[in-house]
Amino acid sequence: MGKITIDPVTRIEGHLKVEAIVENGEVKDARSSGTLFRGFELILRGRDPRDASQLTQRICGVCPQTHATASVLCLDSAFGIAGEITDNGRIMRNLLLGANYIQSHVLHFYHLAALDFVDVTKVAAYEGDNPSLKSIKSFISRGELGPFAPRYEGDYRLPDDVDRQATAHYVQALDIRRKAHEMLAVFGGKMPHNCATVAGGVTEHPTIDKMTTFLWKLNEIRDFIDDVWVPDIVAVAEAYPDYFEIGSGCGNLLAYGVFDLDGKEVDYLKRDRLLRSGTISTDLKVGEVDAVKIAEYVKHSWYEDSGSGRYPGEGETGPQPGKGGAYSWIKAPRYDGKVYEVGPLARMAVNYANGNSSVRGLVDPVLSHFHAGPDALFSVLGRHAARALECKYVADSMADWVLQLKPGEPVYTEYTIPEEASGMGLVCGPRGALGHWIRIEDGKIANYQCVVPTTWNASPRDDSGQPGPIEQALIGTKVIDEENPFEIVRIVRSFDPCLACAVHVITPKGNELARFRIS
Amino acid sequence: MANSRTEEYPVLWIQGGGCSGCSVSLLNSVSPGPRNILVDEIVPGKHLNVRFHPTLMAGAGHPAVLELERTRQEAKGGYVLVVEGSIPLGASGAYAMIGEEQGKEISMHSWVKSLGRDALAVLAVGTCAAFGGIPAGSPNPTGSVSVQDVFSAEAIDTPLINVPGCPPHPDWFVGTVASLLLQGLPTEGDLDEYLRPNAFYGQLIHENCPRRAYFDEGKFAKKLSDPYCLYELGCKGPVTHADCPTRLWNNGVNWCVGSGAPCIGCVEPTFPDVVAPLYEKITDEALPNIGAE
Repeated sequence: MGKITIDPVTRIEGHLKVEAIVENGEVKDARSSGTLFRGFELILRGRDPRDASQLTQRICGVCPQTHATASVLCLDSAFGIAGEITDNGRIMRNLLLGANYIQSHVLHFYHLAALDFVDVTKVAAYEGDNPSLKSIKSFISRGELGPFAPRYEGDYRLPDDVDRQATAHYVQALDIRRKAHEMLAVFGGKMPHNCATVAGGVTEHPTIDKMTTFLWKLNEIRDFIDDVWVPDIVAVAEAYPDYFEIGSGCGNLLAYGVFDLDGKEVDYLKRDRLLRSGTISTDLKVGEVDAVKIAEYVKHSWYEDSGSGRYPGEGETGPQPGKGGAYSWIKAPRYDGKVYEVGPLARMAVNYANGNSSVRGLVDPVLSHFHAGPDALFSVLGRHAARALECKYVADSMADWVLQLKPGEPVYTEYTIPEEASGMGLVCGPRGALGHWIRIEDGKIANYQCVVPTTWNASPRDDSGQPGPIEQALIGTKVIDEENPFEIVRIVRSFDPCLACAVHVITPKGNELARFRIS
Repeated sequence: MANSRTEEYPVLWIQGGGCSGCSVSLLNSVSPGPRNILVDEIVPGKHLNVRFHPTLMAGAGHPAVLELERTRQEAKGGYVLVVEGSIPLGASGAYAMIGEEQGKEISMHSWVKSLGRDALAVLAVGTCAAFGGIPAGSPNPTGSVSVQDVFSAEAIDTPLINVPGCPPHPDWFVGTVASLLLQGLPTEGDLDEYLRPNAFYGQLIHENCPRRAYFDEGKFAKKLSDPYCLYELGCKGPVTHADCPTRLWNNGVNWCVGSGAPCIGCVEPTFPDVVAPLYEKITDEALPNIGAE
């Protein structure tokens, strides 16, 4: 029996360590550990509530817009204006979030995940005139291969020409990803970390010239999704078909929904959204989401046990580094006591099963191409395919939304900050269900809690010993070469973990932590 | 194009208490583009050999961590260390761990000391690495400090350049690296009192702001999304040193004040505590530089 430790897991956002106990070539047990803690929620306490949308964006540099969105929804609800955001404000927020969905999804497949499937060194034998490949060939000939080596060696299966084309697409996708941020900045000011998303709406006004610029940056990206990305997903799947059966996970999926099509309903979970909220399991029956069924457990996390099992809006735990039996800075959120996976797969599966014809029109052709049923979606390749197809759905929808903006109409709703209030903002980011909770006392933040996508996916065991989704996806996996455990990293990366998001926090009990001042 | 005389500059990029936003911002660089930075000679004859970058590198786990130690030993005094994120000192460094050796996890603090001591130069990229940033915001739950704090405490005298911003503009990083490769280490007058390159941080936002005329005329926005000067809505442009108004962001499409939002002062050591509340007017005594040459 051997133990495989991967520390750090790279090509994800943040600090993750994975341990797998392997017996006779099969993973018998797995542990996923977050190894960074910053204490964001502690830092938010006592501050002006409006600052939350700027500060919480900085939880994650890959998907700041998701935190900005959850935060302003949370503040809108606390300020009593959740149903009063203008159409321009709502649509502009959708466009900003959509632009970052595209950025994040493209980055994930091409720059975080692809090197598990694509062998860049095959470009050494390239004889054509593609500028990117010529440049990489010259790079390889110099002999210093960082950051493309060291790497796991062995299981690279793409045919040479497909492989080289995928490498060229890796480079092309760097530009496409950048353009998605440029598109966002047209209305958002700058990225990462935009300043135009505020409680009450947005600060930027739509004008015809900005709308046109946005639209044509978007159109270039849509061509890439259609002509490059979706075909690449199919090509990878054809070479690695066993990954339709690897990494199936816990079988329960949760989505809060995202992209508001209606701005009047104040219960975000009931809002008409492009991708609606819901739970679903392998039986493909959709259930309604009830926020009060969410609780966070900490028996195996470095936090005080007294705070275990609480609803996030009432979370009251303090960090306890070195706690016995704990192995992660990530808590274990559970829905109705059960383990749930979040992310593009959850959103696409929920909306596939609830009869969204656009989602069916995207998913069915891919399934039929591979002669597979919807159960194949619960897999490494299922997650990659769901991400690419969702990206297409979002990007195509955005093209309609841009033209719904009305120049000259208001983008912002005024409010007064209440002395006492609480609020909740529920939305889905690229990586999945994101919730922000606030309690305001004396006009300041008294408590702020975030339950983020990777906290669900990379969670450790809960108080009853149920392993988290990534842990469950690893357990039972056959590892062919323990020195080059491709299977493990391919499974972990299919979830697109974002560890800066996952580890944040919590309210302190006492001041036992050391304090340091910046000189 | 490359030739046989290409000089390789090993780069080790490590991340502590941060969000990876600085790395993502670097990928937003236009000229040079990300391919030029990673693969091509970033300036003629010189190539950045990025041996360690947690978000981009192919390798994972122990073989990846070995690259850090191998480079420290083989390229002693010849590699560039880039630090992104704060360095948490609390709980003996347990709040940020990168890799392990013989089953024992290694703290960010430990890496900054060992890799920092033997580097040619260190770039503290982003406000967290340069000044502590948000992780060091009150009450600083993890005891986060900056690279400069660690170097002072440990008497490490490796040349250090701060490239703050939340995140920094990609041009600020690329320009700093290019001047390092073309002109060598910074000399007298190149850096300000906070070790920031004057080339990018030498002027106040307020001095070059396109809404400055409204300030001078006393025309102030009364609510967000209004035109006019954002001073009364909390703009920190009068106390923030950066060239955002002239450089613009994301391929020149916009910037914070351009989108109607107040500057939040993200490049300053005073971020995020002294500049807060972000949407409240700064007090007059915080404005010694207004109108100064």
